[in-house]
Amino acid sequence: MAGLPSRHRSLFLLAGVVLLQVLMLAVQIKRDSQGRLIRVWTVSAVSPVERSGAWGIGKVRDVWRHYFALSDTARQNEDLIRENGQLKLEIMQLQSKSAEADRLASLLNFKQKQAKVPMVLARVIGSSADANSAVVYLDQGLHEGIRKNMGVITPEGVVGKVIESYGDTSQVLLLTDRDSGVGAMIANSRIQSPVGGLGEPLLSMKYVGNDDDVKVGERVVTSGMDRIFPKDLPVGIISQVKPGSPFKQIRVRPSANIERLEEVIVLLTTDPLTIKQDVPPPGNAAVTPPSSAQPISGLTNTKPAEKHP
Amino acid sequence: MNDTFDLRISESHIEVHKFHGGTILLCVILALVLQAFLPVYINKASILDLPLLVTIYFGLSRRNPSTGLLLGTFIGLLQDSLSKTPLGLFGIAKTVIGYLASSIGARLDTEHPLARFALTAAFFALHQGIVVLVQKLLLAQPQPWFTMRLLIACVANSILGVFLYHFLDRLRKS
Repeated sequence: MAGLPSRHRSLFLLAGVVLLQVLMLAVQIKRDSQGRLIRVWTVSAVSPVERSGAWGIGKVRDVWRHYFALSDTARQNEDLIRENGQLKLEIMQLQSKSAEADRLASLLNFKQKQAKVPMVLARVIGSSADANSAVVYLDQGLHEGIRKNMGVITPEGVVGKVIESYGDTSQVLLLTDRDSGVGAMIANSRIQSPVGGLGEPLLSMKYVGNDDDVKVGERVVTSGMDRIFPKDLPVGIISQVKPGSPFKQIRVRPSANIERLEEVIVLLTTDPLTIKQDVPPPGNAAVTPPSSAQPISGLTNTKPAEKHP
Repeated sequence: MNDTFDLRISESHIEVHKFHGGTILLCVILALVLQAFLPVYINKASILDLPLLVTIYFGLSRRNPSTGLLLGTFIGLLQDSLSKTPLGLFGIAKTVIGYLASSIGARLDTEHPLARFALTAAFFALHQGIVVLVQKLLLAQPQPWFTMRLLIACVANSILGVFLYHFLDRLRKS
C-alpha cells in the first residue's frame, strides 16, 4: 500500500474492505443443499485446479509407464505368453480328464445299478484300418470273459457286438457298419424291424411297410429278437421317414455316441436279459421329447444261458 | 488541523471540514439509535435511513476516500449488527457510499442544498441498488429493484438530508 499512488490507495482499500465483507457474508450464508457459501466458493475455486492437476499427473504417469518405463515389459510379455500357453495346455488336459471322469462315473453308476448282470468295462484302444468298416478294438478280451457275439453298449444305448475276442483284446463291430444289424422295434407302436448300418452316421430301419404310421422323433429300442441284446435297450431316434418301395425309408440316429466312443460296457452273457422299466410306458413314449432315447436303467438276467453261433 | 483548511484540486477551491472530537461517533450512535427507536413509535419512520445520511454527510464533509469508506464500513456493520441481516449487507453498501461521497466531496462543492438533495437521492438509489444486488447474488433473496415505496423513501430521505446536513454543519469547527 505504501508504494501505491495516494489516489489509488483508497481504491485498493475500498476493494479490500468490500471483499472482506463479501467473504464475511459468505461465511454466514448457508445454502440448503450445498452448505455454507464460503465452502461452495472454495470448493468451486479449488476443484478445477485439483481436477486439472490430477488429469495432468495422470497423463504424465501414463506417458511414463507406457512409453519410457518399458525395460521389463518385453521380458514380461514373453513370460506371460509362455505361461499363457502352459495354462491353455493345462486347461485342455483338465477338461479332457473331467470329461473322462464324467464318462467313467456314468459307466460305473450303470454297472453298480446292474450288479446282478455280468458286465465288464472296457476302453476303446483302436479302430479299424479300413475306412469302410466300423470296427473298434477294446482293451479287454478272453481273460475278462469276453466272447464272440456279446453285446456292447454304453449307458446311452447300443453300440455293437463283439466279433472277435483275443487274450487281452476284443474286436467290436459297430452298429453303423454296413454288415451290422440289431433286432429292433419302434417303442411306441411296437412295430418290429431290424436296424442296420449304412456305413454312415445314421442307421436304417429296413422293413417297415408304407401303411405303418411312423413319425420322426419316435424312439427305437431293441426287440430282443436277435438274442444278443436284451429287450428295450435304446437304439436310436427316428430322424427321417420317406415312403419307399416296397418299404418306408427310415433313418435312425444312434442313441450312443458311436463316432466318439472311449469307454464301453461289454455284457458278459449271451443270455436273454430284460430291463427293469424305469422308462415311461409305451403310451407315454410318443410324447417323450425326441432329443434322446431313454438311457438304460436296469437289466436282469431272466433266462439260462443260450449260446449262439 | 483543528480549523477549516483548503484543498486545491485541479484549480478548484474545496474546503475540508473538521469536527470536534467525538462528534462523528456521537452522531453515528445517535443515528443508529434513532433508526432503531423511531419506527417503534412512528411506523412511517421506517422509510428513513439515518445511518446512510450520516455516512453521506461525513463523507462529503471529510473528503478523504479512505476515511469515508472506513466510516461507511463501520456504520454499515453496526447497522447490520442491530438488524437481522447478515453482517456485511449494509456494510458493503455503506462502504461504497462512503468512498464515493468522499471522492465526490473532494471534487465538487456540496454545500448547496440542491446539490445535497440530488447527491443524497443518487446515493440512496445507489445504496439500495447495492443492497438488492448483494441480496440477489449472495443471499439468494430476490428483491425488486424499484418500488413506489423506495421512491418515496428516496425523496423523503433526500429532503430530510438537506435539513439534517444543515444541522450537522453547525457541529463543524469554525
